[in-house]
Amino acid sequence: MDRILFGDNQFFAVNHISDDKSMAQSMKFKEDSAIIRTLDYAINAGVDTFMCTTHDRIANICEYVRQHPDHYKNFKIFPCMPYAHKYANAMTELGIAGTIKQYVPGNVFGSFFKGGVAFLSKDYLSIMELLIDAEMKMFKGVNTPVIFLQNVMTDMLLGMGMKEVLVAFHQYVQKKYNAEAGFITMNMPKLVEFFEGTPVKNPIICASINKVGFRMSGGKELYEHTLKTKQFRAIAMQVLAGGAVPPKEALEYVCSLPNIESILFGASSKTNIEETVSLIHKFDGVAKS
Amino acid sequence: MGISHLAILGAHPDVEVVGVCDNSKMMIDAIEKYSSFPCFTDHKKMLDTAKPDAVLVAVPTRFHASMVNELLDRNIHVFAEKPFVLKPEEGQPLVDKAKQKGLVNQVGYHNKFLGTFREVKKIVESGLLGDIYHFHGQAYGPVVTKPKSDTWRSSPEEGGGCLMDYASHVIDLINYLLSPVSGARGSELKSIFSKQVDDAVYSTLVLSNGVSGNLSVNWSDETYRKMTTSITINGTTGKLISDANELKVFFHSNNTPAGYSKGWNIKYLTDLTPTVDYYLRGEEYSAQLDYFIKAVQGKGPNALNTFESALQTDKAISFIRQAQK
Repeated sequence: MDRILFGDNQFFAVNHISDDKSMAQSMKFKEDSAIIRTLDYAINAGVDTFMCTTHDRIANICEYVRQHPDHYKNFKIFPCMPYAHKYANAMTELGIAGTIKQYVPGNVFGSFFKGGVAFLSKDYLSIMELLIDAEMKMFKGVNTPVIFLQNVMTDMLLGMGMKEVLVAFHQYVQKKYNAEAGFITMNMPKLVEFFEGTPVKNPIICASINKVGFRMSGGKELYEHTLKTKQFRAIAMQVLAGGAVPPKEALEYVCSLPNIESILFGASSKTNIEETVSLIHKFDGVAKS
Repeated sequence: MGISHLAILGAHPDVEVVGVCDNSKMMIDAIEKYSSFPCFTDHKKMLDTAKPDAVLVAVPTRFHASMVNELLDRNIHVFAEKPFVLKPEEGQPLVDKAKQKGLVNQVGYHNKFLGTFREVKKIVESGLLGDIYHFHGQAYGPVVTKPKSDTWRSSPEEGGGCLMDYASHVIDLINYLLSPVSGARGSELKSIFSKQVDDAVYSTLVLSNGVSGNLSVNWSDETYRKMTTSITINGTTGKLISDANELKVFFHSNNTPAGYSKGWNIKYLTDLTPTVDYYLRGEEYSAQLDYFIKAVQGKGPNALNTFESALQTDKAISFIRQAQK
């Protein structure tokens, strides 16, 4: 994985601090061209990996990438699934069976063989595979070397002790997409421990890691201890703690930690993207190119 | 919501989940297959077999009264999802029974476990906003954004609708931050996409301390990515606007609480909310269950979100209904 990954929260009005900012972002990135322009700022700053949720609008971005293969030849996307709100809304509205019916390709209850059999025999892991396929459709022809499970899903399975399902996700994305599985979590130490003794070795785990301990369940010290003592590939997200830590201080802290393979950040402006990238290089001790 | 609660309880070091009950075969089969929780489809059978100390009730609201009553009769501590009961008259006997039996009772109004709203409460109680003369409580979100098929949430007899499901959070927050709602002067319940229930509620509320204000709630507003709840409080020496993430408060003079100054002050959730041990969808969901568990263990109070306080919210919901044109 690259040292720096570019995130997508700013494009989809996700702001952990201010609802006003969130709405302003939704206005700013109304057109896909605004997203593409910002992605290009990141690419020009040397950031070639875009980590994004499987939001409907990402399909348009993937289409643009496919149409411009030369420009995006080093470009990678790390899809993060599922797009939780889509399913949460569907669950409320349609129930579980209805949600599966809506999102599994083909008609599960009819001619589509795998789905029909899976549903009737309650083969939940096959249903999960079908849902992964449905989410991955938009990325066809785009390089997706790591595929992530979103934190709501990871953490729910973690809380319920459903190891088998997390392992099945890991195995399926490897088999079908020749990709590594990644897990986003708000409970990094617990998840690292959870994977011990499973076939998921040296897992890619993306978690909030920041100087003020924001969304670091169990506390900052426990996170630091886990980073020092356990074997896994950490990605630090929410490094600015939603804006609670100034960028310089925030990145200096994260760069000083051991075992962090990548840093994920999102920004809307060219200046902020360039500033973040150059700060990470500075604290990593890499000369500015 | 049930699944999230289950995951939080499953991760809690002081809790042993001795039974999970759901009448959805699909759901309970999946839980049985991939978790180690004992599973049931009949709640009475679960109670007989598992003999729990405490039960979390996350079922459609119309079943709350009878289930909670049964649990109290069996001397079991209860955490019920919100709203508490469908009809306020069902609530008082439960309040009395829980009190008389000394059982821990809590309802899932999770906003009170957010650092931001707790800080609002402190500021209001300091009296430094002066005489409070108006408030505006609102919640907007994209739950029903097109005509859609019916579930229990779209049936008024089962506790569906924006007033019961969405507005109850705001009303409960007003009760907690200011004073219990004692009446409503004119309400508009609007169906925007739903056939049988309200999708938006607009009402003028009067509180038991005499202050009046507005309630404006709409769950068919797709300009919000997710439910966004906020409250504005106007006083003679200050004004406060807070949502879950951001608290903005203006003070007229230097007479402010510690840590604030004259003019605008902004505080964020990040400064105000303590870290939890296990996070799923928001610190407040874990914090409210921690609070309940501590009360059951006898290690903490059972003062927030009691049946009694939740019943005040149910009563306010009836006032709002009654005040329709």
